[in-house]
Amino acid sequence: MEIHEYQAKEILQGFGVGINPGGLAYSPEQAVYRAKEIGGDVWAVKAQIHSGARGKAGGIKICKTDEEIWDAADELLGKRLVTHQTGPQGKVVHRLYIEQGCDIAREIYLAFVLDRAAERVTVVASAEGGMEIEQLAVEKPESIIKIHVEPAVGLQDFQARELAFALDLPASMLSQAVTTIQGAYRAMRDLDGTMVEINPLVVTGDNRLIALDAKMSFDDNALFRHPKISELRDKSQEDPREMQAADRGLSYVGLDGNIGCIINGAGLAMATMDMIKHAGGEPANFLDIGGGASAERTAKAFRLVLADDNVETILVNIFAGINRCDWIAEGVVQAVQKIDLEVPLIVRLSGTNVEEGRKIIKDSGLDIIMAETLKEAADKAVAAWKAHTGK
Amino acid sequence: MAILLDENSKVIVQGFTGQIGTFHAEEMIEYGTNVVGGVTPGKGGTTHLGRPVFNTVKDAVRETGANASIIFIPPPYAADGIMEAADAGIKFCVAITDGIPAHDMIRVKRYMRRYKKEDRMILTGPNCAGSISPGKCMMGIMPGHIYMPGNIGVVGRSGTLGYEAASQMKELGIGISTSIGIGGDPINGSAFKDHFEFFEQDPETKVVVMIGEIGGSQEIEAGQFAKENMSKPVVAYIAGLTAPKGRRMGHAGAIISAVGESAAEKVELLKEMGVTIVPTPSDFGTTVAKVLEKVS
Repeated sequence: MEIHEYQAKEILQGFGVGINPGGLAYSPEQAVYRAKEIGGDVWAVKAQIHSGARGKAGGIKICKTDEEIWDAADELLGKRLVTHQTGPQGKVVHRLYIEQGCDIAREIYLAFVLDRAAERVTVVASAEGGMEIEQLAVEKPESIIKIHVEPAVGLQDFQARELAFALDLPASMLSQAVTTIQGAYRAMRDLDGTMVEINPLVVTGDNRLIALDAKMSFDDNALFRHPKISELRDKSQEDPREMQAADRGLSYVGLDGNIGCIINGAGLAMATMDMIKHAGGEPANFLDIGGGASAERTAKAFRLVLADDNVETILVNIFAGINRCDWIAEGVVQAVQKIDLEVPLIVRLSGTNVEEGRKIIKDSGLDIIMAETLKEAADKAVAAWKAHTGK
Repeated sequence: MAILLDENSKVIVQGFTGQIGTFHAEEMIEYGTNVVGGVTPGKGGTTHLGRPVFNTVKDAVRETGANASIIFIPPPYAADGIMEAADAGIKFCVAITDGIPAHDMIRVKRYMRRYKKEDRMILTGPNCAGSISPGKCMMGIMPGHIYMPGNIGVVGRSGTLGYEAASQMKELGIGISTSIGIGGDPINGSAFKDHFEFFEQDPETKVVVMIGEIGGSQEIEAGQFAKENMSKPVVAYIAGLTAPKGRRMGHAGAIISAVGESAAEKVELLKEMGVTIVPTPSDFGTTVAKVLEKVS
């Protein structure tokens, strides 16, 4: 789960990381008021969306007067911001963060990630802040510093000191640096974070360390023990179809193609999508209905896939292990009878009780194209799609 | 022969008396797995499915001589259960549970390193369909009948894609020595490479099949291991050719987040390492058949 910049900063501040004075606004009036309340003579009006690279997309405005703040807020609220992380559909700005400007002497990159290969939390830092880490990795790989955290004892102060010196921070800032690095690490560990990214971490003209931008994401599997983090979820930032799917216990990812997929198991789902591509088609979605897919669940999956207007053919591929093909077949038949399907439907069943399942579909008299193998299913789906659309 | 589980495995079920644990314990018993009992804290001393229930894994090991464990404990408590098994002297553990927090798995992996490598429990999963040595022992939730005994070693992340591969092979009369599920989580108990090592040592296994997917670097590490240390041919399929970057495809671990993690990149690297690639997911059977023909 992802959260907004202002929420991440509030959390990090609680763990001892320095931030600039700032506040939230939902309207231009509030934005102007917030700036007054914070004080100062320059402010950043920052769009709060779940994405990085907001600056380049025009989501951050530096303002010096009330009018400028009002105009910036008016322009940003309700706007759909498109960054390279949001996809072409972008994300709509509903909240603004008004932050006091500061005198930036240096920018540093500091992040904590769950390192799969090392099987622990790894600190990634660079004295070259402000750039994105992917860009840094390509352009200045030698500037990236990595420190592994021993899970049994956590990040040690000496490691934080080593990092501070490697980042060329002056000795006078050492204790501040240790507090900041340790604070961000503890936020990651205590709250089951999957990532904490402070970019940039700035050194101000008067030698303070400030998290000027911050991103945090959390392990969905651990939210059961962090109810306060769960409350921070902003559904307006999530794909409505994916959210609907998640609420129904289905795993869905929308894509750009037109062959809708209903499959059990993540690996088989990816493989089936690959097979569609090999056959010359494009999958419209990833959808894993899970191991114990029931008739009811199958019906929900159909509604979800059909909610995508691009879907012009549906392919169902089920390998029954725990569940049984006859149950799935009943679910498919019920769903098709209820929703008055207007696009071709290809069904491939395999595994437990496959003969009974095929019989149910055949006996239903519905216009369902059956396939026996994965290849046949993909070929038939692409052929049916071409025949149906004339493409 | 087989690897990790066979007719000598004495299996206990952790989370034995729960609904899911009960269902799959029954299936495993029916398949012929030697299930010697189970563990549910607080229900020790009772019997379930005609087998004894224990309060702790240590009790179960002491009373039954169990050497293997399968875990159906709910996600908040599963990591604890795995560590309990490791500490009780279980040799092989299958964690079926889906949804264990990643930080818990970091703790589990660290905890297991307190044992010397030769005494350390082998953990597969979490978030897997389990493992099977056809005709000998099934520790998992798979439909046992689609696996035929034979000499192909299989290691995969995904359950149903593994079934697909197994049934394509069965169709062509090709059987399996052992099929291992390592699961779809980013931090898992064991990697492809670990099982390559076991399969290389197993006289029954002639060809090893890796069913991988996007995300992480375990497939590539395994390919490197095979190139340097294995005499047996390796066949691999990587799922997720159509997966976009940065999107999680069902499995928590199936997300392309760094260079070298996409399906296309993994396939290229594996080819360079001498691994035979299954070109599409409908070619598992035919590709394995060709490779098998060459070695026998």
